[in-house]
Amino acid sequence: MIYLLLLFEFFKIGLFAIGGGLVTVPFLFDLAEKYDWFTASELTDMIAISESTPGPIGVNMATFAGFKSAGIMGAIVATFGLVLPSVIIIIWVARLMQKYSGNARTHAILEGIRPAVLALILFAGLQVARIALNGSLEILMFAALLSMMRLWKQSPVLYLGLAAVLGIALKL
Amino acid sequence: MRELWNLFALFFKIGLFTFGGGYAMLPLLKAELVNKRRFVSEQELLDLYSIGQCTPGIIAINVATFIGYQQKGVCGAVMTTLGMVLPSLIIIVLIASVLQNFADNRYVAYAFAGIRICVAALIADVIFDLARKNIKGFLNVFVFMGALALLIMFNLSAVWIVIVSGIFALLVNEIGRRKK
Repeated sequence: MIYLLLLFEFFKIGLFAIGGGLVTVPFLFDLAEKYDWFTASELTDMIAISESTPGPIGVNMATFAGFKSAGIMGAIVATFGLVLPSVIIIIWVARLMQKYSGNARTHAILEGIRPAVLALILFAGLQVARIALNGSLEILMFAALLSMMRLWKQSPVLYLGLAAVLGIALKL
Repeated sequence: MRELWNLFALFFKIGLFTFGGGYAMLPLLKAELVNKRRFVSEQELLDLYSIGQCTPGIIAINVATFIGYQQKGVCGAVMTTLGMVLPSLIIIVLIASVLQNFADNRYVAYAFAGIRICVAALIADVIFDLARKNIKGFLNVFVFMGALALLIMFNLSAVWIVIVSGIFALLVNEIGRRKK
């Protein structure tokens, strides 16, 4: 029963992949080796497409792998399996947090972690920048977009649309 | 019912306009949840990332589930998660079944080169906003620089960054209490 197997395998990934979506990649390569659902080279293509389509990479890759394995139902089952551990564990954690939200120690720890989370965000941004800003035109566009964002607080969606149009117009 | 639907629609939009990993989603979350709807504060949003980073599962889903639960309990958590994954499901199934050459298309590649630049700029923009309120005093600067150094030099896993800075914060807090 491929659906049960998919559900089980992606539940495992959801449970053991901790962090950003790309941490699921090694797990997916294991799947490629273990089953004949998809090959490692198909997986490489899937990762590339998942990075350049809307949606968080981790979800995109699970959906894609599920679809390759067993069609639309496979996609749904794999995605469901991936998010199920998150939903269960986060609901439990959220309850705990509500209980301890007034606790001074919890408060101090969370406050102390915030600068580190900002470092994580900056690091993620640097990695995107390293790939995206590979020429002077790109750097110019980055500077122009950032200045616009600082001056006019518009919706990110607007800037994303504008950047897509600029990308096509400038043949980046 | 209506609020549940709104939560679903909101996260469908966020899922649709997230290009990249969970951190690429932060500018959207800040614009929608902090600035527009005031569901959470900037600080709470960062705390959600600390939690989402060290709990099982990918961050994007963890953050979506957490906010859904905070707003409307278990049903809310289910709705935000569903909204978050649905754009992926639809788009990936479309690409995998009919648009197989989607990623090879020249114009798609141009558009995505532009979008990646925008994602980098959006993250930079959010960092400017967040740094002002969340990096105050010597200790904060020390943790920020220390975490960045560990990431760049040793490529330390994000989970460890959160755990180490949490332990550090706890120790500082305990020492502060003893002194009083």
